[in-house]
Amino acid sequence: MTENKSQATGGLMSWIDARFPLSSNIKNHLTEYYAPKNFNFWYFFGSLAMLVLVLQIITGIFLTMHYKPSAEEAFASVEYIMRDVFGGNIIRYMHSTGASMFFAVVYLHMFRGLIYGSYRNPRELIWLFGVAIFLVLMGEAFFGYLLPWGQMSYWGAQVIVNLFSAIPFIGPDLSEWLRGDYLISDATLNRFFAFHVIALPLVLLGLVMVHLIALHEVGSNNPDGIEIKAQKDKKTGIPLDGIPFHPYYTVKDLVGVVVFFIVFAAIIFFAPEMGGYFLEANNFIPANSLQTPAHIAPVWYFTPYYSILRAVPPVMNSQFPGVAAMGLSVLIFALLPWLDRSPVKSIRYRGTLYKKWLAAFVVSFLVLGYLGTVPSNVWGQFGAWCGGADRATVVARIFTVIYFSFFILMPWYTAKDKTKPVPERVTY
Amino acid sequence: MKIKIKKLLLIIGLLPLIAIANEMKIGVTAPIDPNDQASLQRGARTFINNCLNCHSANYMRYNRLQDIGLNEKQIKDNLLFANDKVGDPMRAAMNPKDAKKWFGVAPPDLSVEVRARGADWVYAYMRGFYRDETTPSGWNNVVFDKVAMPHVLYELQGEQILNHKTHRLELAKPGKLSPSEYNTFVADLTNYMAFMAEPAKQQRKHIGIWVLLFLGVLLVLTIKLKKEYWKDIK
Repeated sequence: MTENKSQATGGLMSWIDARFPLSSNIKNHLTEYYAPKNFNFWYFFGSLAMLVLVLQIITGIFLTMHYKPSAEEAFASVEYIMRDVFGGNIIRYMHSTGASMFFAVVYLHMFRGLIYGSYRNPRELIWLFGVAIFLVLMGEAFFGYLLPWGQMSYWGAQVIVNLFSAIPFIGPDLSEWLRGDYLISDATLNRFFAFHVIALPLVLLGLVMVHLIALHEVGSNNPDGIEIKAQKDKKTGIPLDGIPFHPYYTVKDLVGVVVFFIVFAAIIFFAPEMGGYFLEANNFIPANSLQTPAHIAPVWYFTPYYSILRAVPPVMNSQFPGVAAMGLSVLIFALLPWLDRSPVKSIRYRGTLYKKWLAAFVVSFLVLGYLGTVPSNVWGQFGAWCGGADRATVVARIFTVIYFSFFILMPWYTAKDKTKPVPERVTY
Repeated sequence: MKIKIKKLLLIIGLLPLIAIANEMKIGVTAPIDPNDQASLQRGARTFINNCLNCHSANYMRYNRLQDIGLNEKQIKDNLLFANDKVGDPMRAAMNPKDAKKWFGVAPPDLSVEVRARGADWVYAYMRGFYRDETTPSGWNNVVFDKVAMPHVLYELQGEQILNHKTHRLELAKPGKLSPSEYNTFVADLTNYMAFMAEPAKQQRKHIGIWVLLFLGVLLVLTIKLKKEYWKDIK
């Protein structure tokens, strides 16, 4: 009897393992995946991004149960969710706030990669998968924003789809093909719904998986930017500065998760509109194809790129250079592994030149982000000596140049920069 | 590192302030209190008796008025139109097609008007009508130039004119209510419209306090758990 029992409990795992590599996967990815022990604050955002992804999928499923993807009913169905569905308002706010928080944690996650050189050899592919995730995430957010069918949904989509018509030759046909109509309409709403709830989430999940597989193949970087696998215990072959991801980082990330939830809940329950940054006031007016809002602003996470779009002047009456600059401003992140020529990875051992450039980049990202939320005449105009140009536009142009210079000049200033000696073991 | 994290948390904490500062300036703050049930009930009555003649509030059901302290019987006896049921949405008495013919534009649904324009705007708007012979209705508004809507409450407020020198409104012909009575009347209406724009707002804030308390306790526990595990990492 007792023998049978022990076989049944211990045996279930071996029964599964004979058919599916369960315990080896748990070992490889959790209990015997060795992560550097010196992870700091910045290393919370990867797991938080995964958490938000799961939250978005779960809340999204419940929203889909009540939402109607039709131009006639979409706006009303969102209000129905807000009023008549049990807990619907909380689920909707979780989803709308989740979208903004997704970008917040992803931006912080990317910044971590930037300061500690996480994109450098041998992690170029992790970085490229990450850039792809970021692109898909932008698409996901854009498609989702049309669904409430408010004025900002409608005109935001109109502006973005029209950008494609600036592409030479194929542009006008392309944007019509994307819309499925001559203007944003029921047909557009239906296809955006399909992209938002199934197409892009599938791609996103696949990309997150390969992002993690690649990460666990080469191992995590750390704030010192040195390889912990270079210093292994001679007997066990375990990195001297590595600790098992589970339980050490699972319990540590749990703290991060709770702190995140505190911020998240504070927004959801007390300021879900975030003063118009997370939910725009104009989006509480149903979409009206005959009435253009006075000021069309994208949600905050797109504003740096929107600023770049507006800052680039048209060439020969074509908006294409602006559109190209906007696309490039996102895609250029993919080139980082090959632009950085510094002998060290982490900002801790870099010289002041890199730090100054990074600071300039962060400032330009924030300033461009702010300027994207306001009309371009917000600061008035310069005098005739400057052709009466909008002050804000001139400022946006300067910061656009700085934004791109950070990348384009990187091979030069990272190679020239004076670096400090890198320690053999991590500082903990 | 500790200091940096504190700084970052401080910045995150200050974000809502920037957000609030960025909101549109109307120049007047609506004196409304979402916890004042008497005011909300007065506002509901005003809304149903006046606004619903032309405007709808299609996303608002009559029985939701239970959230502001009315019971079903009170709603049925005092606030419902003859044919409506207590679970019905607040439909307009006027046909939207007629409205379009008469005013040139169909009166918008007001369910979420306060979320679109803000309570301050609604409060200023309802007090901002003045006589203007150049418009089709004979009325104009300081916060919504050339608005199609006539001043429905002019009997109560009286008739204002715009002094073009001072850019201020002056009461030319007093109405049934004194200016301060009228302000309270409009404040009640605005209060109700703010409630109607998001009926579950107060409840959500109430839940939020408990959620944050729970998370606070959970935070202490998870920090202790983390410290317990990490004490052997040197």
